[in-house]
Amino acid sequence: MSAPLLQVEHLSKSYGGVQAVRDVSFTLRAGEILALIGPNGAGKSTCFNMLNGQVRRDSGRVLIGGRDTAGLSPRRVWALGVGRTFQITATFASMSVRENVQVGCLSHQGALGRLAGYAGARAREEAEALLALVGMEDAAERPCGELAYGDLKRLELAVALSNAPGLLLMDEPTAGMAPADRVDLMRLVAAIARERRIGILFTEHDMDVVFEHADRVMVLDRGRLIAEGAPEAVRRDPLVQRTYLGEGLLYEKGAA
Amino acid sequence: MDFLVVQFLTGLAGASSLFLVASGLSIIFGVTRIVNFAHGAFYMLGAYAAYSLTERWEGALGFWGGIVAAAIGVAAVGALVEVTLLRRIYRAPELFQLLATFGVTLVVQDLSIILWGPEDLVGRRAPGFRSSISILGQQVPSYDLFLIALGPLVLGLIWLLFHRTRFGVLVRAATQDRDMVAALGVNQRWLFTGVFALGVFLAALGGALQLPRDAVSHTMDLRIIVEVFVVVVIGGLGSVAGAYVAALIVAELNAFGILVLPQVSLVLVFAVMAIVLVVRPYGLFGRPEGPPRTGTAGLIRPWRPFSGGERIAVAVGLVAAAALPLVGGSYLLSVGAEIAIFCLFAASLQLLMSAGGIASFGHAAYFGLGSYGAALAAKTLGWPLPAALAAGAALGTAGAALFGWFCVRLSGVYFAMLTLAFAQIAWSIAFQWTSVTGGDNGILGIWPPPWAGSPAAFYWIALALAAGGIAALRVIAFSPFGYALRAVRDSALKAEAVGISRRAVQWTAFVVAGGFAALAGALFAYLKGSVFPDNLAIPLSVDGLVMVLLGGVETVTGAVVGAVLFRALTIVLMSYTDYSKLVLGLLVVVLVVAFPKGVVGSLQGLRPPWRRAAAPPVAVPAR
Amino acid sequence: MRQVMVGLAALAALAGGAHAQQGEIRIGEINSYSGLPAFTEPYRKGWQLAVEEINAAGGVNGKTLVVVSKDDGGKPADAVTAANELLSRDKVDMLAGAFFSHIGLALADFAKQKQVFYLAGEPLTDAIVWSAGNKYTFRLRPSNYMQAAMLADEAAKLPAKRWATIAPNYEYGQSAVKVFKELLSKKRPDIEWVGEQWPPQGKIEAGPVVQAVAAMRPEAILNVTFGPDLVKLVREGNSRGLFKDRSVVSFLTGEPEYIDPLKEETPEGWIVTGYPWNTIKTDAHNAFFKAYEAKYKDYPRLGSVVGYALVKSAAAIMTKAGSTDTDKMIAAAEGLAFETPFGPAQFRAIDHQATLGAYVGKTAVKDGKGVMVDSVYRDGKDFLPSDADVKAMRPAN
Repeated sequence: MSAPLLQVEHLSKSYGGVQAVRDVSFTLRAGEILALIGPNGAGKSTCFNMLNGQVRRDSGRVLIGGRDTAGLSPRRVWALGVGRTFQITATFASMSVRENVQVGCLSHQGALGRLAGYAGARAREEAEALLALVGMEDAAERPCGELAYGDLKRLELAVALSNAPGLLLMDEPTAGMAPADRVDLMRLVAAIARERRIGILFTEHDMDVVFEHADRVMVLDRGRLIAEGAPEAVRRDPLVQRTYLGEGLLYEKGAA
Repeated sequence: MDFLVVQFLTGLAGASSLFLVASGLSIIFGVTRIVNFAHGAFYMLGAYAAYSLTERWEGALGFWGGIVAAAIGVAAVGALVEVTLLRRIYRAPELFQLLATFGVTLVVQDLSIILWGPEDLVGRRAPGFRSSISILGQQVPSYDLFLIALGPLVLGLIWLLFHRTRFGVLVRAATQDRDMVAALGVNQRWLFTGVFALGVFLAALGGALQLPRDAVSHTMDLRIIVEVFVVVVIGGLGSVAGAYVAALIVAELNAFGILVLPQVSLVLVFAVMAIVLVVRPYGLFGRPEGPPRTGTAGLIRPWRPFSGGERIAVAVGLVAAAALPLVGGSYLLSVGAEIAIFCLFAASLQLLMSAGGIASFGHAAYFGLGSYGAALAAKTLGWPLPAALAAGAALGTAGAALFGWFCVRLSGVYFAMLTLAFAQIAWSIAFQWTSVTGGDNGILGIWPPPWAGSPAAFYWIALALAAGGIAALRVIAFSPFGYALRAVRDSALKAEAVGISRRAVQWTAFVVAGGFAALAGALFAYLKGSVFPDNLAIPLSVDGLVMVLLGGVETVTGAVVGAVLFRALTIVLMSYTDYSKLVLGLLVVVLVVAFPKGVVGSLQGLRPPWRRAAAPPVAVPAR
Repeated sequence: MRQVMVGLAALAALAGGAHAQQGEIRIGEINSYSGLPAFTEPYRKGWQLAVEEINAAGGVNGKTLVVVSKDDGGKPADAVTAANELLSRDKVDMLAGAFFSHIGLALADFAKQKQVFYLAGEPLTDAIVWSAGNKYTFRLRPSNYMQAAMLADEAAKLPAKRWATIAPNYEYGQSAVKVFKELLSKKRPDIEWVGEQWPPQGKIEAGPVVQAVAAMRPEAILNVTFGPDLVKLVREGNSRGLFKDRSVVSFLTGEPEYIDPLKEETPEGWIVTGYPWNTIKTDAHNAFFKAYEAKYKDYPRLGSVVGYALVKSAAAIMTKAGSTDTDKMIAAAEGLAFETPFGPAQFRAIDHQATLGAYVGKTAVKDGKGVMVDSVYRDGKDFLPSDADVKAMRPAN
């Protein structure tokens, strides 16, 4: 068996004496969907941002496909085959929907340095195929700036897939969406992951989403991993229940 | 030793004078993000108004009352400008306010000549501060001591205002998050008006207080405006204390610098700014800026290459332009060549500003380097026209590569100001390095050879190179690289996450833009026959910004229209009136109000300019 | 397309315009009217008066003299644009004017390229007739060198041995200091130059500069600053006692443009070049002064004299040439003697510099106003380098 897709060892980060992430270790295999949950301020985003190089880690190792990513910037991590979506959608607002994806595809092809040739005519099929995959083919020509929020999330997914990633990092992929849309989007994500054998790590507040789609769930609290395992087992974990007691999320939404 | 102490005190007095004006700019800038180009104009108005009042009102009360009344009066004028002009364009693309305040500055310059006459005015000395005091055996004007005390006093008052009053707390909140304050139900409009008036008050006070030590003249505004911007940026945007520290550093370095190197004042503030920004990208006390104003990017309709019909129209237009020698005389052709050259210059800046989202305040540096490169190649090396043009373009490209490497480490206004600093450094080299550049007497005799020397031939050369250059810039804007550049502008975070290096992309754009600007500059040298440091001076950089903003910063090549409009207007007005600035300024103000997205940008938009069609909901930052 | 149309419309607006009329002689005049009105407004009044007088006396060669005037905005590039317009649209017979040295040089070079006569009025740079001189360019005002020579003569009489200089950091200031030092040191080898200050033009930080100069402990000071810089320097210098018990020699300070704003703060006893309009009693000046005062209800400034003499000398050139052919005008101008409010002057054949002089005197305060006293007219012809030196400096053409 080759190295796991993502291997995280003893990852730590502190901001001015506050330990945001402490000694977190886990692995993710190809085709697996892993959820990272925890109350607000638990360190999920910090953890996430360390994985793709946006935040520098204090200690620990992150191995992607067996390769240590120490010191790599986000774009180098991306070149290793890592796609990423953001908690607040980040898209290229001045471009059409298809052009957003084309930028990703062109970057993947290493063609973005070219000073000539109309970019809108390049990597068109690839971009359209990705848009079709996320169900956005009809919106290809629309200005990105006028998309509804749910569509923006889909678009982000299509862009994140533009480098045919083996690993997808999704920071709250359904935040801000209507409940029905959330379920749709996550079903789509799960289907793509299974079909393309992409490993997915995502953070999420919506426990419906987590327990329906995750193969495994990790719980982060005050920077520390307090539980890990199959969704049902994690849900019953007394420590997890105590952590979430104040928030009520686990019982009300998880039981629904 | 005694001398050094007194020199230090003298520097302190200078620092206070500078700080008064800079503090107002810092406040306006920090809160409203308006690049208030008119700040110098208000400073000058303060001095003129104070002169008139103190000449009329007698005695100590008359003097001090006149100073304060002048500042209050000018602040009222400032508030009027804010309400009637700036308020209309807060939602316009970033930097558009620069265009409006530029127009105001032009108007004020000519108005002050009309109202107060062309001669320098020397006002009264301050009652009670006429004499000097002997300190350590040296004479120090007592007015200097007054200023030394006033600086920290004003700093303290501003601190109290911002920390102990409701107004101040709201203003500080607005500095950090404008949308938040709006969401709290505070009437942001009046908050901004108040802030603007306060800033103008401080500028006018600063000007009025120069009465006892300076001459009041109609060039006061330009003398101070750039320097106070520099001080604000060195201190860090929105940091009033930073502005004081920066003023102190600049004034003291100057006071002591001239003892070692008497020529140093020419470039000192810019050198200090360049060093500070390279070491501390957000100034001494500044914090990282938030992402640039949201909303503007979402308003842009995706760019499209010309459709078939549009291409035909452009081709017809080009043919028509190429046919100009059939109808026009030699003057018309030289004006045509000049306009073509400025179209190329403006279009090169537009690549940076529109596709790149980074505004250079020092783009003339590369234009000027192009001029000097061509001139030196022609004069000292005897190269023929095509080689000299290439040499000019090469020198400008090299300059852009060098300066750009530092600049792209910064963003936003800090980026802009570092480009300005480098441009001023380049300017001072051209100005001071007399043995090579001829100093301000320039390089003469750069005329095209006979085959290119007739007005028609040179016009065609200029038109062909300008059209080719603009076409190339358009191709670049639509190339994969152009998309990468826009991707970085739209979302640096996202661009990085799909493998795009912000710095590499912006640096490349900077070099490309610099190269085309240099080509324009090289042509300009041959058009005018001589090269002077003016070719890389601030006014030319400002002209470039004005052309881009006038055309429409959200368009691909609207700057071409901006350049034609602005340059033709300037030439015509200068030919027909001595008050060209007044007329031009008024026209700019009218255009700003009529076309709040630039001429081309507004004509393209069929929808009302500010309707944000299904813009993304305002998101709450993660941390 | 729209872009091009706008461009064409703008160009079309430029295309129209005046054309030379029969029976007219036209001088194309360029100056920094918008940028430097304090100088150029009296200057314009001066040449307007000259035009009026010339035409009242029957014009030039039987034709009416017309001056077509353009603003250069203080920029050499715009001056060249204006020169182009004057030549090709207004069909002028000669170019004249300019204030700033670099604009004068740009126009001189333009004149050489287009082979058109150019009479520079105000630019002071020595280069315009010497190192960058050309066949087509003549200059009216006493140059930097000449003013320096006049002042150096006076300075040599002073007992002071330790000298410091304050000059704006650009070519004018640099060459003024350089020539003054050379000439004074030649006359007085015992003089020691103890220091220099080079504030940027228009942006002097007067306090530190005054302190720095005081620290050099000079016995005498050469000042080349003017305009607002001068005002600041004088005020700070007065406050800090810099000028107490020290001799000061100062370029141009006696010109009304610069001394008038100083009012009661005018320093006393500075040795300056300038224009003491209220004490000159020659017939030539009286006639000019009366006509000027009658027409404008104001006293003339130095600019008025320059503007007046500029057009008068241009008319003299064209009268003598009997034509507006460029080569004939050059031939006529070389060695031409003409009258000015300061007395007779001549355009030297060797370098095209006029021998117009300047008044040298001392500053004083009278009734709260700055004036020049003990003024003496110094004829320019006595303050020029030897012909051999001039020939060595001036390129052959």
